[in-house]
Amino acid sequence: MDTNVKRKKSTPAEIEIGRETRLELYRLQLELRYCEKRAFDLFLQNLIKGTSHLSLGQEAIAAAFGVAMRPDDYTFCTYRGHAHTLARGASMEGVLGELMGRQCGLLGGKGGSMHLTDVKKGAMGSYAIIGAHLPVAAGAAWSAQYRGTQQAAVCFFGDGTTNIGAFHEALNFSVVWKLPVIFVCENNLYMEYTPISAVTAVEHPAADRASAYGLPSIVVDGNDADAMYQVASEALSKARAGGGPSLIEAMTYRHSGHSRADPAKYRPEGELEKWLLRDPVITYRERLLKHGFNEPTLKDIEAEAMKKVDAATATAKASPLPSVDDIEKNVWADGGAAWRN
Amino acid sequence: MAELTYRDAVAAGIAQEMTRDENVVFLGEDVAGAGGVFKATVGLLDKFGPRRVRDCPISEQAILGAAMGAAMTGLRPIAEIMFSDFLAVCWDIVANEIAKSRYMTNGQISLPLVIRTANGAGSRFGAQHSQAVENWAMAIPGIKVVAPAFPADVKGLLAAAVRDPDPVLFFEQKSLYPMKGEVPDGEYVDELGKAKVLRQGKDCTIVALASMVHKSIDAAALLEKEHGIACTVIDVRSLVPLDTQTILSEVSKTGRLFTVEENPRLCGWGAEIASIVAEECFWDLDGPITRITTPHVPLPSADLLEDNTIPSVDRIVSTIRRTMG
Repeated sequence: MDTNVKRKKSTPAEIEIGRETRLELYRLQLELRYCEKRAFDLFLQNLIKGTSHLSLGQEAIAAAFGVAMRPDDYTFCTYRGHAHTLARGASMEGVLGELMGRQCGLLGGKGGSMHLTDVKKGAMGSYAIIGAHLPVAAGAAWSAQYRGTQQAAVCFFGDGTTNIGAFHEALNFSVVWKLPVIFVCENNLYMEYTPISAVTAVEHPAADRASAYGLPSIVVDGNDADAMYQVASEALSKARAGGGPSLIEAMTYRHSGHSRADPAKYRPEGELEKWLLRDPVITYRERLLKHGFNEPTLKDIEAEAMKKVDAATATAKASPLPSVDDIEKNVWADGGAAWRN
Repeated sequence: MAELTYRDAVAAGIAQEMTRDENVVFLGEDVAGAGGVFKATVGLLDKFGPRRVRDCPISEQAILGAAMGAAMTGLRPIAEIMFSDFLAVCWDIVANEIAKSRYMTNGQISLPLVIRTANGAGSRFGAQHSQAVENWAMAIPGIKVVAPAFPADVKGLLAAAVRDPDPVLFFEQKSLYPMKGEVPDGEYVDELGKAKVLRQGKDCTIVALASMVHKSIDAAALLEKEHGIACTVIDVRSLVPLDTQTILSEVSKTGRLFTVEENPRLCGWGAEIASIVAEECFWDLDGPITRITTPHVPLPSADLLEDNTIPSVDRIVSTIRRTMG
């Protein structure tokens, strides 16, 4: 672990991570990695239009929560949300199809890369306005609390979000109402093109603000799926037990630019290379070998993951384009768009 | 029938729906313990308890975001934004999130929620507490827009809004809160998207909303009595959905249309109605469509200035007289 990544007060309890769980964490990280790489390739082939924000390098966070969460928990994420949506079990052809603007897309081509949603899987939306989904996640947590279901809401966002008002409103609100919501800041060091440190009053944009809301300051290695899994499990237990919200700052790094348009030239020389040594997928594989998993097992998982991505790609490519008749559908609950009689 | 104030009709409508459906919850600033700054929600906390009637911090994004998150997961929240001017600080949640989520997710997300807010002039609060902003909301696809003028409509349309499967922005005209009117007893639910013809005359049609309805009725009485001009007065009640059938049919009968709007001139809702009428019943018109609006200025606070900024009975009368020749 990089010694620059400090763990503050709340070191996660050493929750025993079973062998099946470890394999699941590896499998999911791989799927997210391969799928994001495929999305990038499809961009280069001009099969995906618009913009896209990849989670390459940040997969451990979404994967760990995906494994730790209950199927009926809620996820809220940002425009960088392919990984978080997939991690809840959304269909991969649905994700790639949406990116490609196909009928099989999760949103039928209405939303695109930045709005992936699969309500049946608890993926309650990807939100493209910074900060907007923090209060929405609080609302879903309120609903769970009100209905007494012990569900939790998990809300992922980037470091840049910590400087917008909705972040602070949502945190205060959630603490006062003691809501079962977990706010997960993925600190990848850059808000978009600008280093977060250049525009933020504190070193840790989320964790250093936690005390303002009476929350423990939690910084965790976001490139370590086991550490993430432990922090996630602890926060989920706290939420279900009525202990209220958590704010987690996960240190990570995106291997690509902010979006498709960004070659990330602003990064100092050597920074990417340093973080590539801590690639969450590669380091996790090494750890599994140390824990006694054998090569063939891991190779099988890798082959399966690639097969899944290939199959999803083929299905999405073969899917028809949406119908232009869909344009005026689903504005309202009656399925239509009528605003007059 | 009981006589209730517009303000009491708000609480009556909310109470009716909270009694009927356990999933209806109510949140806002100063709405529970204080009963609302306009005292429109007095008694709800006592009746339904702090689990369902909740005071919030001054965090409009959190309030509407929470309402949205609750609505998409099974509750039917009513959220209050104290003054409609404050919608500007949470407009992202209204315009980008609440209004668009169903469409963007191809129907996966349902948001049965109501945003209640005190709108409009008459209280001398100035440009940040007295605007009429219903036209802001009308411009966003995906949100219904309702603005009652009478206590009975407050109760009935509020109940309809709560039961509606889509998000509704419910504008209460703050100067009407003390106004009294007959409200049906027992469970009362109206229908969104239906305008009401309050008075019929052969010479011209006046289309109005909220407090402008009352001014239009007074103006119509004066026009008939003193100038022999007989006016139809339509209370639009709901901008989205818009009852164009009633408007087009009444304008066809009189051949003249006047809209009376409290919102500032540019892109006020009357412009949309004028455009629809011009496109769809042009050949029934006997003269130009005329909009009577607040001038395109921020609202001033002094009583003399405010009274001369928003459309008055005198201005409606003189504009109609002048235009009708």
